[in-house]
Amino acid sequence: MSHETHDGAEAVAGDVDSSFESGTGEYERQRVPDHALKGPSAFWGMYAGEHTAGTEFMIGPLFVKWGADAFGLIVGLLVGNLLAVLTWRFLTATIACEERLTLYYKMEKIAGRGLVVLYNLANGLLFCFLAGSMITVSATAVGPFFPPGTIEMPTFRSTLPTGPAWIVSCIAIGAAMTLVALRGYGVVAQVGHYAAPWMMLVFVACALVTLGRLGTADLWSLLTPAPGTPRTISFLGIVCFSWFCNAAMHLGMADLSVLRFAKRPSAGWASAAGMFLGHYVAWICAALLLIYWVRRHGVDPQVGMDPGTMVNDAVGWAGLLCVIIAGWTTANPTIYRAGLAFQGMLPGMSRTAATLLAGAVCIAAGIFPAFAMNLLDFVGIYGTILAPIGGIIVVDHFLADAVGIPRDPAARSGSAFNMVVFVSWLVPVAVAMWLYQAQGVFASYLPLPSAIACGLLYIVLSRFTGPATIAGAVRNPAGRNLTGDPA
Amino acid sequence: MKTIAMVVGILALAGTIVPAALFFFESLWGPLFGAAGTAPTVSLTVVKTVMLGSAIAWFAAAPFWMKVE
Repeated sequence: MSHETHDGAEAVAGDVDSSFESGTGEYERQRVPDHALKGPSAFWGMYAGEHTAGTEFMIGPLFVKWGADAFGLIVGLLVGNLLAVLTWRFLTATIACEERLTLYYKMEKIAGRGLVVLYNLANGLLFCFLAGSMITVSATAVGPFFPPGTIEMPTFRSTLPTGPAWIVSCIAIGAAMTLVALRGYGVVAQVGHYAAPWMMLVFVACALVTLGRLGTADLWSLLTPAPGTPRTISFLGIVCFSWFCNAAMHLGMADLSVLRFAKRPSAGWASAAGMFLGHYVAWICAALLLIYWVRRHGVDPQVGMDPGTMVNDAVGWAGLLCVIIAGWTTANPTIYRAGLAFQGMLPGMSRTAATLLAGAVCIAAGIFPAFAMNLLDFVGIYGTILAPIGGIIVVDHFLADAVGIPRDPAARSGSAFNMVVFVSWLVPVAVAMWLYQAQGVFASYLPLPSAIACGLLYIVLSRFTGPATIAGAVRNPAGRNLTGDPA
Repeated sequence: MKTIAMVVGILALAGTIVPAALFFFESLWGPLFGAAGTAPTVSLTVVKTVMLGSAIAWFAAAPFWMKVE
């Protein structure tokens, strides 16, 4: 699932700091010119690498804990990941290739710069918790290097730190990630690129060794939960989880920032590399690791076993290296981008201070295993909060003319904070959070209805309030007219 | 140099997956080499050792030939 980081730090930097015009060649505030467009090969490798993250080692076993059955895991994940690819291809890539703008600049034209800053804050905080989960997963790979019992590993039931040694492990790994993030993440991005094919094979090797030790190739039988296992995730839940675990990226349009460089919308098919190798295969391989421990060592699936111990047991130090690298290469840029988001909120703060702040929040989140152990819920909430913005962009791009509302209203009016967008975003998210908290609705069911409700509300409110209200909103202090049209 | 690095990289990837695959086949269908009933050719220790060596070889070779866009 990696919620990753591929929209380019420079692009984010250009959007959250005060330097308006592109000086980095990333075209943050202009359409990407034809000479900068890239062919599909650039996207296939990127998606394959970015979606093979340390958290995949958690998600597979969490499916086992939740009592996912063989049909759900084999067919449900196939359907859900296919739907995610189709969303990338026909929504995100289509809009990206027609607009050729970053999410942040497109959003600024619709919602105003003030709302972009608010979005960045939400994004930054969610990034911190996500990076925290990656720190948790990576820290489990430290334990096997020490004598048994030195570091007490967390289980699915752990919410608090398991002891001083665990805290030290998380701080050490998180501090290393933050220090590298301070220096920019070019090197780590390169390591991630090199590591992608190798990591994929390590996942498959884990599965082969596990099948060998279990003495069967009957995947269907192995993935069938033992009688009496509580079933807390349905087929539909598995489909929705795999469809929306990256909802912020496809439905939420964060990947506009990447796919705007694509020559054709068909580059959206490249997401299949991430979904079917990084998610589908990796999750099933990771699930098999816990199934082995349940069947051979009698581990309770509700308690689970930490990824480091399971991977070390299966393929040794190469596996531990994989856990650390998979967590590191995705957490590091995540910390970097969270820092940029905080800097956008507090422009007086230096980049170093902002990154340190983000790193500290990530480490704090990583120390508490509650975030990693509730990853299935967390990614649903993440999508529910951020995906609705994509609903507004879809309306603006495809429907605005048809329903009689202005395109890029904030750019036309010079508004810095489009209240219509804010209300359209806030109301569905608030209702969704209530459904999740009070009614116990599975979080992955919520991103799509939230995005649709947000889009519909945006149409209704825009029609109801009319251009005068938008024009009367808080004016962009810079008085910038982003369209070139008369305000 | 680039060609050598590429060959090392491919061998390293093979070293990552082939031992595990051999372990899998031998566990299910007996030793691939030698008479039936003899010890498996590829033990888990061998799998782990070859995979670690392959990991080192992969990261040493990949920067010399893999293109990063």
